Amino acid sequence: MSAPALPLSLRQNPLLEQWLRFNADRTVTAFSGKVELGQGIVTAIAQIAAEELGLEPAQLSIVAGDTRLAPDEWYTAGSQSIEVGGAAMRLVCAEVRELFRAAAARELEVDAAELRLGSGVFDLPGTDLRRSYWELAPRVSLAREASGSAAPLPASEHVLVGTSAPRRDIPAKLAGAAFVHDLELPGMLHARVLRPPAYGARLASLDEAAVRALPGVAALVVSGDFVALAAEREEQAVAALERARRAATWDAPPMPEPAEAAEFLAALPAQTSSVHAQGAPGAGGARRFEALYSRPYLAHASIGPSCALAAPEGGKLRIWSHTQGPHLLRGQIARALGLAEDAVEVIHRDGAGCYGHNGADDAAFDAALVAHRLGRPVRLQWTREDELAWSPFGSAMAVKIAAAVGADGAVSDWRHEIWSHSHVQRPGRGEGINLLGAWHMDPPQPVPPGVDMPLPAGGGDRNAVPLYAFPNQEVVYHFLPQMPLRVSALRTLGAFANVFAIESMLDEIAAALGADPLEYRLRQLADERARAVLRAAADAAGWAPGAAGGGGSGRGIAFARYKNFSAYCSVVAEVEAGQTLRLKRVVAAVDAGQVVNPDGLKNQIEGGIVQAASWTLKEQVRWTREGIATRSWEDYPILGFGEVPEIEVVLLERPDLPSLGVGECAAGPTAGAIANALAHALGVRARHLPLTPERIAAAME
Amino acid sequence: MPEAFTLKVNGATREVRAGGDTPLLYVLRNDLGLKGTRFGCGTGHCGACTVLIDGRAVQSCDTPLWSAPGHEITTIEGLGPDHPLPRAIVAEQAMQCGYCVNGIVMSAAALLARNPDPSREEIAAALERNLCRCGTHVRVLRAIRRAAKDSGR
Repeated sequence: MSAPALPLSLRQNPLLEQWLRFNADRTVTAFSGKVELGQGIVTAIAQIAAEELGLEPAQLSIVAGDTRLAPDEWYTAGSQSIEVGGAAMRLVCAEVRELFRAAAARELEVDAAELRLGSGVFDLPGTDLRRSYWELAPRVSLAREASGSAAPLPASEHVLVGTSAPRRDIPAKLAGAAFVHDLELPGMLHARVLRPPAYGARLASLDEAAVRALPGVAALVVSGDFVALAAEREEQAVAALERARRAATWDAPPMPEPAEAAEFLAALPAQTSSVHAQGAPGAGGARRFEALYSRPYLAHASIGPSCALAAPEGGKLRIWSHTQGPHLLRGQIARALGLAEDAVEVIHRDGAGCYGHNGADDAAFDAALVAHRLGRPVRLQWTREDELAWSPFGSAMAVKIAAAVGADGAVSDWRHEIWSHSHVQRPGRGEGINLLGAWHMDPPQPVPPGVDMPLPAGGGDRNAVPLYAFPNQEVVYHFLPQMPLRVSALRTLGAFANVFAIESMLDEIAAALGADPLEYRLRQLADERARAVLRAAADAAGWAPGAAGGGGSGRGIAFARYKNFSAYCSVVAEVEAGQTLRLKRVVAAVDAGQVVNPDGLKNQIEGGIVQAASWTLKEQVRWTREGIATRSWEDYPILGFGEVPEIEVVLLERPDLPSLGVGECAAGPTAGAIANALAHALGVRARHLPLTPERIAAAME
Repeated sequence: MPEAFTLKVNGATREVRAGGDTPLLYVLRNDLGLKGTRFGCGTGHCGACTVLIDGRAVQSCDTPLWSAPGHEITTIEGLGPDHPLPRAIVAEQAMQCGYCVNGIVMSAAALLARNPDPSREEIAAALERNLCRCGTHVRVLRAIRRAAKDSGR
């Protein structure tokens, strides 16, 4: 029997010593490449490691995301941290535990199977025979490759995994300094970047003397179209930046004429391919349905503008960043600055939530460039405008679904067409250098071409393949290589728009057939776990089959399995539609296999619902011929405390099934459920996000 | 031009030297080392920088230093971990990234001082100027109600 393949993280970081260290103070340090983004991953990884090693939680600490110390686990993204990073950590810790158990048995001359493990000590019950990890550590080498041969503990023996351990990072964040933004380095300057007014703008003139003469300005870095200033005091840098804007003139090419998302995307050149086909697509049926859905460009809109520190130290350039991929960022910065990779160190420190590829990596490069040029430490923070206007957006998308229904009412033919840019222009992924400052510096790095992620995970086509048992189906992707607005990964990639479209269309068909939306879905779903989450959400929400809508109150249901192979999630939304659409209550049911931290999972689902509700109801990046127009919270409003619904999350426990990533599964179903609830409430279908009062009024005409 | 200012922060008298127009936020963070107050927008729209001035919730990013002397300034560090609000945030795990939370706690502290038993609607209204992007709103509302109950004991 061949052993199952090791998780990717372990294949790429095979040495046990890359993952664990036993310290002289009777603690253990576990090294992880999966970093804290506010999703609670450090707490969950610590639960897994302490569980397998038989440690008290307080005996174990985590070092995450440090190119000097931690394994390279690529990005912390795609709801992969528990599925892949957690699985790797579990196998490593199980194997190390068994190595130590065998060593203890040899030294104590007892049968290894007789030894009990607790708090890091192996002992033979009823005797005083004992050995701790720390006693054994000098004689157990971890400089060996993981084999994956040690069996992790069965779920029935878990005492830490499956419990809602409190988040490790919360107390420090409430106490004061806890973010990369809060670090100080001796002798550091405060730097800000003078960004161009628009994409592709070239610096025409800069009165350098005037900028240098501004109060407190200690340095000016100009490289091509990259301009940054640095001051001794932060408020001086902030004030100088605003005055320096008047000292620069730019030649800016015009942005394309603004247009609604579907129309805008349809006018761009496309590379069309069929990415999925099953049965005999085009078979048709008795009754046909067709509709076009869209979402606009969306901003990550982190609450804390991106920030980084950089310092030349001992011939190396050391960078502190809230990046999602420290090792990849190191490679990109080294290439852009012409340095050897081992001359750059990247250390992760917590930042504000990023929800995908925001300005974190760009700010890290900005800081690195400025510190490298000045030869002294800098702390560089983006402005609110930088964060909203210059970090990548989630691509706008249009989805056209053409469905046919047979005489039995079931869907007989399903065609899903997508128009989208890339969703994965991350630094270190694909060719070239994806760092904003590197595109502006002299010599400029070319903007890498748009390349999306293929199925099964998918980018723009993520979750486009229906999970329903439609006999004939096809997915066609009109990939748009041009990127008139900067785009990259935003939480869920294309899944949000695809699930919104699929689940809207299913409701449209059900309504036309007079079928109950829940029953209509269940009838066409073979996957028992999918059926179970739909039923669980409906039960918890008190779903009344066939309830009449109209009158301004409505409820809707939607479902997806994220990426079609990750967590299952079903959402029921209740709305009141008057002057505005008010989201009253949302109930979600989730099946994520074995759950490491139930409360952490619920927190992710609740947050995913609120963020997706905000996208669905309010958000839209706007632009003019002069540039991005949504540059402040007034231009880009997000859901506020007065607008959030009551939320209930039902967790379906599957302790014996593998853990499934959960961070993104709620978003698509939330959009679908809200749109379906709106249609139930008003009897009209709004197909273009966001569902603003204007859009709803337009749909009613 | 830098000038000397005397501030009362978290009950202590502190001397700082900075330009009078300096936003109070930077003085708190960089001169006084009180990093729990955070920069979010610089225009008073997101609430990450909220502190108490004479018990009122104020955005420190657009409060000039010159206006601060003679007033009692309280930051998250002044509440301390045993205050009912931080305790309730921990108890409810009402945080994801946490960048917005301290500003929310300060807005809530001002609310509870004038209304010890607020409704969900009153709490939401008091947080009108606080943004959260992770979507922890429901937990935060629950935590503030818990803190109100705990304070009332």
